[in-house]
Amino acid sequence: MNLAQLQQTFREWLVSASDASAQLLGDDHAGLAVYQNNYRAQLVGCLEQAFPNLRRWLGEEAFLAASITHIDRHPPHAWTLDAYPEGFYATLRDVFPRNPDVHELAWIESALNEAFVAADALPLTPQALVGLDWDTAVLQLSPSLRCHGLTTNAEAVWSALWQDVPAPEAVMLAQPGGLLVWRRQFTSRLRQVDAQELQALQHVQADGSFAGLCEWLVQRLGEEAGVIQAGEYLAGWLGSELIVGVSHV
Amino acid sequence: MPISNPHFSGYGLGLRKEHYGDFLETSVAVDFVEVISENFMVAGGQPRHILRQVRERYPVALHGVSMSIGTAEGLDMDYLLRLKSLVDEVEPLFVSDHLSWSRSGGFNAHDLLPVPYTDEALARVCANIHQAQDVLGRTLLFENPSSYLAFEGASMTEWEFIGAMAKRTGCELLLDVNNVFVSASNHGFDALAFLEGLPAERVRQVHLAGHSQGRGLLIDSHDSPVCSGVWALYAHAITRLGPVATMIERDDEIPPLAELLHELALARTLGAKR
Repeated sequence: MNLAQLQQTFREWLVSASDASAQLLGDDHAGLAVYQNNYRAQLVGCLEQAFPNLRRWLGEEAFLAASITHIDRHPPHAWTLDAYPEGFYATLRDVFPRNPDVHELAWIESALNEAFVAADALPLTPQALVGLDWDTAVLQLSPSLRCHGLTTNAEAVWSALWQDVPAPEAVMLAQPGGLLVWRRQFTSRLRQVDAQELQALQHVQADGSFAGLCEWLVQRLGEEAGVIQAGEYLAGWLGSELIVGVSHV
Repeated sequence: MPISNPHFSGYGLGLRKEHYGDFLETSVAVDFVEVISENFMVAGGQPRHILRQVRERYPVALHGVSMSIGTAEGLDMDYLLRLKSLVDEVEPLFVSDHLSWSRSGGFNAHDLLPVPYTDEALARVCANIHQAQDVLGRTLLFENPSSYLAFEGASMTEWEFIGAMAKRTGCELLLDVNNVFVSASNHGFDALAFLEGLPAERVRQVHLAGHSQGRGLLIDSHDSPVCSGVWALYAHAITRLGPVATMIERDDEIPPLAELLHELALARTLGAKR
């Protein structure tokens, strides 16, 4: 067996723990078991660390079962373990198909982890807006910003778990909304918004055009209300340090 | 071939989250700190900010776990370029990784898997070290790992493999004394023979750590103080080495900093006696 074949066989041992791969590696069960245990314990630990509040919400047993399912289905590929939790969301959708609260809690924790190490960017200062031509202004949002649709009270559940107070029961929202996750300086933030603000931000994420945002809001709300709403969103996003740059088309 | 790393004689600790406050807010009596490279190979945020602050106060060694220098299929260029970006920013004392592999066919085990000590593996490891040193533009240190498995067909001992690797590539060595102790126990070789067989002039850094007892095997768990057997092996090793950077590694069951500094004082005492 050459080096490449040996490493492929070792990979098969770690992923499947098959007798055939163990035999090819010399059948040293004690040694092989150490590597098998290290591999699985490392990945379980990675998921536990990435989803602490989801783990509490699901309970130890259910979280571990979902983790094992994920590890069996999706061996890691990236050089960094930070990438491994990203795929857990899809596994949870399969394992808990009727629990959007679980999916949305997983999205929250995954987005918070990503935002924590996203690229640095200084928030836009009010001085940068002086004399700006709003018709051609292109807004640049924080590289840490993540947006997602929200159908349940997952934000309230996550916040209660994070504060270590009794969490409310999971319920569907009367109206779908949205979730924003981003980082202010070195602290990750989570905010629930209504569906309109979520779509407005997604418009800006797509092309950055402030004029385009105004046009979209005017179509929805009418001339006066649309422009006022655009101004209010802009002020709120600036205050929250969501906007980090502006340029012109 | 890149220029050799200068000798650095001093005593340090691995920087862990539990002690960030100590290192940022007080003057900790260490000569250098070592960080896990991959924890800081991120785009931004608090980790990079903390590392910049620590770097202003202490020399920093970068210690990686994901280079996979023993992989049969060549190194991951994305990984190397990200590491280079960190190296360029930190200007570290040393850049090190392990004589092990973790990547195969797009799979990454995130563990330090054993390399067979064969001529084929030696050629592959050396080619990978040449590539890494070329990309990073500096001489790297490679650490002897703990291992729990020996492959049939080995044509040399671990220390012969490491000696040949260093000779062919010009790389330098990070001697993990605990790993020698653990592997010697697990595979039944003589730890002193390992130390005697190692090219001592290539060693730039020394790791000391604790281990635990598994089912018939010692496990390199880094969750306990350095044991008396490892201290004795360290005392023997430093009689053969030139000036080196010695440090305590603790990754689990992390105690208050004072306890680790107490352990480090033992290393200083032994170092002063040699």
